[in-house]
Amino acid sequence: MDLRFTPEENQFREEVRAFFRTALPASIRKKMELGQRISKEDTVTWQRILNAKGWAVPGWPVEWGGTDWGPVKTYIFREEMQLAPAPDPLGFNVSMVGPVLIAFGSDAQKKHFLPKVANLDYWFCQGFSEPGAGSDLASLRTSAKREGDHYIVNGQKIWTSRAQHADWMFCLVRTSNEGKRQEGISYLLIDVTTPGLTIRPIYTIDGEHHFNEVFFDNVRVPAENLVGQENKGWTYAKYLLGHERVGIARIGASKYRLQRAKALAQTVMIGDVPLGETERFREKVAAVEVELKALEITQMRVVANARHLAPGAADPTSSILKLKGTELQQATTEILMEVAGPDAMIHEPEHLWATATTPSIGPEWTTTTAADYFITRAASIYGGSNEIQKNVIAKRILGL
Amino acid sequence: MDFDFSDEQRMLKESIEQLINDRYGFEQRKKYLKEPAGFSRELWDQYAEMGLLGLPFEERHGGVGGGPVETMIVMEAFGRGLVLEPYLATVVMCGGLVNLGGNEAQRNAILPKIADGSLMLAFAHSEAQSRYDLADVAALAKRDADGWLLSGEKSFVAHGNCADQFIVSARIAGERNARDGIGLFLVNAKAPGVTRTSYETQDARRAARLNLDGVKVNSNDAIGDPGKALPLIERIADHTLAAVAAEAVGAMSAAHEATLEYLRTRKQFGAAIGSFQVLQHRAVDILVALEQARSMAFYATMMAGEPDPAQRSKAISAATIQIRKSGRFIGQQVVQLHGGIGMTLEYKIGHYFKRLTSMESLLGDTDHHLAALARAGGLIAAGA
Repeated sequence: MDLRFTPEENQFREEVRAFFRTALPASIRKKMELGQRISKEDTVTWQRILNAKGWAVPGWPVEWGGTDWGPVKTYIFREEMQLAPAPDPLGFNVSMVGPVLIAFGSDAQKKHFLPKVANLDYWFCQGFSEPGAGSDLASLRTSAKREGDHYIVNGQKIWTSRAQHADWMFCLVRTSNEGKRQEGISYLLIDVTTPGLTIRPIYTIDGEHHFNEVFFDNVRVPAENLVGQENKGWTYAKYLLGHERVGIARIGASKYRLQRAKALAQTVMIGDVPLGETERFREKVAAVEVELKALEITQMRVVANARHLAPGAADPTSSILKLKGTELQQATTEILMEVAGPDAMIHEPEHLWATATTPSIGPEWTTTTAADYFITRAASIYGGSNEIQKNVIAKRILGL
Repeated sequence: MDFDFSDEQRMLKESIEQLINDRYGFEQRKKYLKEPAGFSRELWDQYAEMGLLGLPFEERHGGVGGGPVETMIVMEAFGRGLVLEPYLATVVMCGGLVNLGGNEAQRNAILPKIADGSLMLAFAHSEAQSRYDLADVAALAKRDADGWLLSGEKSFVAHGNCADQFIVSARIAGERNARDGIGLFLVNAKAPGVTRTSYETQDARRAARLNLDGVKVNSNDAIGDPGKALPLIERIADHTLAAVAAEAVGAMSAAHEATLEYLRTRKQFGAAIGSFQVLQHRAVDILVALEQARSMAFYATMMAGEPDPAQRSKAISAATIQIRKSGRFIGQQVVQLHGGIGMTLEYKIGHYFKRLTSMESLLGDTDHHLAALARAGGLIAAGA
């Protein structure tokens, strides 16, 4: 047992860190440091820089542009990316549709889609949730009826993140009403420019256009865009539950917020004493640091254990990464809110968007704090709410 | 980076777990409690045979040269079994003090006897007023011809009831809580002037209050340089906390498993109570608390040997905070989930709760370690 990284792993960390230092465009870095919103162009630019280096999709097989890093190096890479701080590559592409296509797609689909998915030539969005199918996803009703060599899709999706940027959607549709609800679902790739498909924005509590409603009115989807077999879509979607759990805790991002909170707390005065020197603040931050350290080691246990698992198998311990990781993301945004104090309540969205032409009313760093706090409440809701995660853990791990 | 045990460590783990399974059932433990010293002498000898009592010592001192990982393995198994024998006091604390602070003559005289089971020791350090301040020592050591005269009172000496010898801290100079001026002395339990009052603790273990009234010890009974003992005491305190972290994880995981079993089998409203969502979620909360604690017990084990005392203590405080927090939550919740049976002395769950509670005040509670960690700047440096 040795919890230290090997010299080779440490050298890899240096290499990654050096790359992020030079390759991340200064304008994007500044936005990330200030917590400002990253535009579509920023995300595309950065993912293409990563892809040119061969690092956009490290978890994929080498033949599809991935790496042979294995879990430890992949973990180091992610942590350094969050500490840089650099934007994540688009998760829908890299961690969701890509791995599903690799596992279940046809050769033609792989050849056509995977390079474009990796390079963000195609921006994918996820069409899972519906107004009547949230946590109970299997009750989804958007239908796809086969007509000749097309599916005709009708229905509605909701909470579709960044669909306004998307070229494609991977979508769960109902192709059968026979048998168990889970057994009538298929996984379709839909070009969002197809006639009959409309996207309507939903603004989130941070003021951002993040979510959308997507409506399907007789949308014709070529049958060749079915992934795998008809009525097996549930299995493909579930496959992702055990995939890439390690990234979900976003420990590097939480660490980065704490670094920032501690530095900024030295600039905020409580009378004659910096907030960062008060006992109450220091102990509050220390308590979160302890939980974060514990989760970091839990994550390393999952990473280190990966080589003992059968390919594709999920480590039971990994399911607590989502639960605790999202709690800690939220805790760190709360601490930053408390550091910013009343300045956090000043609403200047143009500063959030980095489009301001005049100085902010309060310190610039406080202009993004509330938005970060508000939107991070979503972390324990998306990807299966934390309550659903607990149901799953109780059943699969605890055998209850 | 890996969390795997070596082959030797795996064998150690298997054999100690086997022993606890075979010999430390809840009913068997009740018998050990009735023995004069409140634990099993026979098992103590068996630990000696297995090499557990010399685990951290070098071979030339009758030991097996194990490190913090081996101690962790043993302590976790002891936690599962709610083991009563004075391992922590004799091997981890006093064995550690002699091994790391004693001279070669002391090591030769004491460590082999600990290892073969013939000598038990207890660390007489904390006093009524000292609470968790390791530097707060009011007991005095006065120069006396070729040795020292010790006077004072030690309020909580874990496993002090059965010790053949004590290691006593006493002040040779300085104010009551000065870092300098503390010495450590080996004291025979039967020496004139030593009065021991044994008592039981809430976790069914034994301890003692020790009164020292002009107890004479020789110069060569001082461990290390008298007056400079605090860094050694702090080091051993950190080793002890790392060991107790592992013990706590053992107790928490055994209590968690017993609770899952209860949730699967206890029926109410015509169904296993584990089918109720509110109880399922609570069981998951326990799992999360347990895994976080387990991770920090690993961290404590790794950092126990850290050469820089400031880094070591900071890490041990961080680990202790998590262990205490998880321990309290799990201890309370396993009782809650068991309902009435969890409140009884005849069932084991309540005893896990009591042991976990008892650990909370050993060498500093959560607030003490949180304050220490915060004072030291926390784990993450300010930046960006």
